[in-house]
Amino acid sequence: MLWHLAPGARTKHDMQVNLRIKRFNPDSEKKPIFRNYTAEAEPTDRVLDALNYVKWYHDGTLAYRRSCAHGICGSDAMIINGVNRLACKALIQDVGTHIVIEPIAGFRVLKDLIVDTEPFFEQYRSILPYLINDDPPPIKERLQSPEERELFDDTTKCILCASCTASCPIFWYNQAYVGPAAIVNAHRFIFDSRDEGAAERLDILNSRTGVWRCRTIFNCTEACPREIEVTRAIEDVKRALLYGQI
Amino acid sequence: MYHRHDAVIVGAGGAGLRAAIELLGKADVGVVSKLYPTRSHTGTAQGGIGAALGNEEPDDPQWHAFDTVKGSDYLGDQDAIETMCYEAVQAVYDLEHMGLPFSRRDDGRIGQRRFGGHTRNFGEAPVMRSCYAADRTGHMILQTLYQQCIKHNVTFYNEYHVLDLIVNDGVCCGVVAYELSTGELHTFHAKTVLFATGGFGKMYKVTSNAHSLTGDGLAVVYRRGLPLEDMEFFQFHPTGIYKMGILITEGARGEGGILLNGLGERFMERYAPTIVDLAPRDVISRAMYIEIREGRGIEGKDYLYLDLTHLGRDVIEKKLPDIADFVRTYLGIDPVVKPIPIQPTAHYGMGGIPTDMDGRVVIDEVNTPMPGFYSAGECACVSVHGANRLGTNSLVDIQVFGKRSGVHMAEFVKGSDFKPLPEDPEGMVRAEVERLKANTGGESAAKIRAELQEEMMDKASVFRDVDHLKAMRAKLDELKDRFRKVSVEDKGDRYNTEVMEAYELGFLLDLADTLLVSAEARTESRGAHYREDYPTRDDANWLKHTLAYKTDSGIRLSYKPVTITKWEPKERKY
Repeated sequence: MLWHLAPGARTKHDMQVNLRIKRFNPDSEKKPIFRNYTAEAEPTDRVLDALNYVKWYHDGTLAYRRSCAHGICGSDAMIINGVNRLACKALIQDVGTHIVIEPIAGFRVLKDLIVDTEPFFEQYRSILPYLINDDPPPIKERLQSPEERELFDDTTKCILCASCTASCPIFWYNQAYVGPAAIVNAHRFIFDSRDEGAAERLDILNSRTGVWRCRTIFNCTEACPREIEVTRAIEDVKRALLYGQI
Repeated sequence: MYHRHDAVIVGAGGAGLRAAIELLGKADVGVVSKLYPTRSHTGTAQGGIGAALGNEEPDDPQWHAFDTVKGSDYLGDQDAIETMCYEAVQAVYDLEHMGLPFSRRDDGRIGQRRFGGHTRNFGEAPVMRSCYAADRTGHMILQTLYQQCIKHNVTFYNEYHVLDLIVNDGVCCGVVAYELSTGELHTFHAKTVLFATGGFGKMYKVTSNAHSLTGDGLAVVYRRGLPLEDMEFFQFHPTGIYKMGILITEGARGEGGILLNGLGERFMERYAPTIVDLAPRDVISRAMYIEIREGRGIEGKDYLYLDLTHLGRDVIEKKLPDIADFVRTYLGIDPVVKPIPIQPTAHYGMGGIPTDMDGRVVIDEVNTPMPGFYSAGECACVSVHGANRLGTNSLVDIQVFGKRSGVHMAEFVKGSDFKPLPEDPEGMVRAEVERLKANTGGESAAKIRAELQEEMMDKASVFRDVDHLKAMRAKLDELKDRFRKVSVEDKGDRYNTEVMEAYELGFLLDLADTLLVSAEARTESRGAHYREDYPTRDDANWLKHTLAYKTDSGIRLSYKPVTITKWEPKERKY
């Protein structure tokens, strides 16, 4: 069979890619340092493929999170040429052959491109991210019209990759801000016709570290690999608080 | 460090989380996962969860069960299959009640669509049975289950990599895990353990599977002398993006997508006249290989087309938005106007840790359970998928058997005490981690893995024969020798992913062994296991499950019967 001719077999490659990666191991270094590497890649390869190349063939100590490699699991958010992206969705042909890679900002770096995401998940948990409905459920499914379902469709897409929160200058300045991702996930329930916890969540977000910190900068919307209209979702929540529009 | 919980669940995907939810209020639970839970591979499932709700058209769990039995090429255990298909209906309602945002019909009920191998009235015509949430059903299931776990404050140990099972006197009493962030070893002492660790597609080069899917649970169990069942049956999904492995859901064909060869022919009309492009995956993958081999690939190359252009922009954007995004992002083409290059892609292991219908791990030919040890999901083998799995049935499997495991584990916890741990339970893992760190052999784990993946793709994928299988076994012996000489650059304790990747490679090598030995022994073709030298199904000699055991003198095979309740094996035609 012809599988051995498929790219990735490293027998045929179109170009050399230069990677400048921000390395840091708190156990052995006082501060981060950029190191340069080269990788063989094709234009249609992912930045993640180049990172794997570096780790597997040049420097095994390089540490980063990854799993599904096609933009669904949300493991590999990082700063690629100054912008928050998923390493598995950014193609070499999109970012060019000189690639600067850093861990996402606003979170403590644990090693190289791995950051402490515990605060991020705490923000997520704080907005009660689960269906709140104390009525006994029907025998079959609760009904919901396609129009009702559409209202919160966008915000169901969130993969908790932290690209948005980590791109927010408000969050960089003050990590007490609950962050775009938490608000997106609150939105998903606030606008779900089957949920009855809207008031509770709106109350939580109606605070100095809640929605009102948002300055409509739009970095979050730009960063989101799922193309969720994050700023719009935050706006929906602000309007719900101001005008009771749900 | 030492931890104690009534129940320890290994793996935080759909099966593990569903079991955790079932145990709420009944037992103290700890969920141990090498990934953060929402990174689990359940999240990438697209097409839907199959259940005979009958929302779009009349349907019946009996028909679903028959389709599954036939889809399994009659190797599935029919009692388990019937149970699964009946309980599938409630499983879907349970998910909706938990908040899962299914796509909806105009009347507000859950939307259902066609899917490969699912028919009405025992094979008459395709039926709309797949309950879906756009093309991100798995994502929604994983999120919803995780959200329920948050609601109920489930204890999670994230980025703790389980590397060993603790057994004392034939009773399961816990697991040993390596904490990724610190390199520290942890002993989890438990009354009951569930393995829900997923598949092992990373054995193959072109796979839909995540990097994390290295068959850890299966290999751990195998190394402890327990058998693995039906390892020779590995499914290749027909429509992975050419060269990339990224999956285009079967749901695309459920919405009306068709497969074309280089001559523009809808070739499946020749191989499956009744249900054509909605034939089961093994049938289609084989057909595709034949088309390519006989020179009818696109421009004579080794791929074919999935054509969605006649579906219209509206259907694609509404019902298949994620896969449209994949195609645009990774191929730079718009599936609304251009066909998608696809090839068969390693996708799902039907085999795994043998269990009964309550998720209890069984350790021999007569299904003797090991007290306290359970398994569910892709890493388990009940067997509900037999020699080939139907689409949408994995999401059903993980919900139904995740729940059943949880129910039985809760009962077990009530009636049992903690079994004392053996001496130095962490010994084996500690030794192997230290060996990998200290080794000076100079071999590269990455190179060995790449060779394994490429050779398995070439010699032991969709089409097999004795010569290629034997050649692969020889290659595998060489790779295993070289593995003993693998050395790593990273000698540290903090996020030492290099040592973990090497450890995972060791797992894959063991599992490849069981696959090859089982495949070589099975001199027939059934489901996903196709032997060019034995191209027909042989029920007289081979209507049985394979069990593979690790022994000091190599792999020992034995067999156990298939449970048949209603449907005697017939010729499998679509």
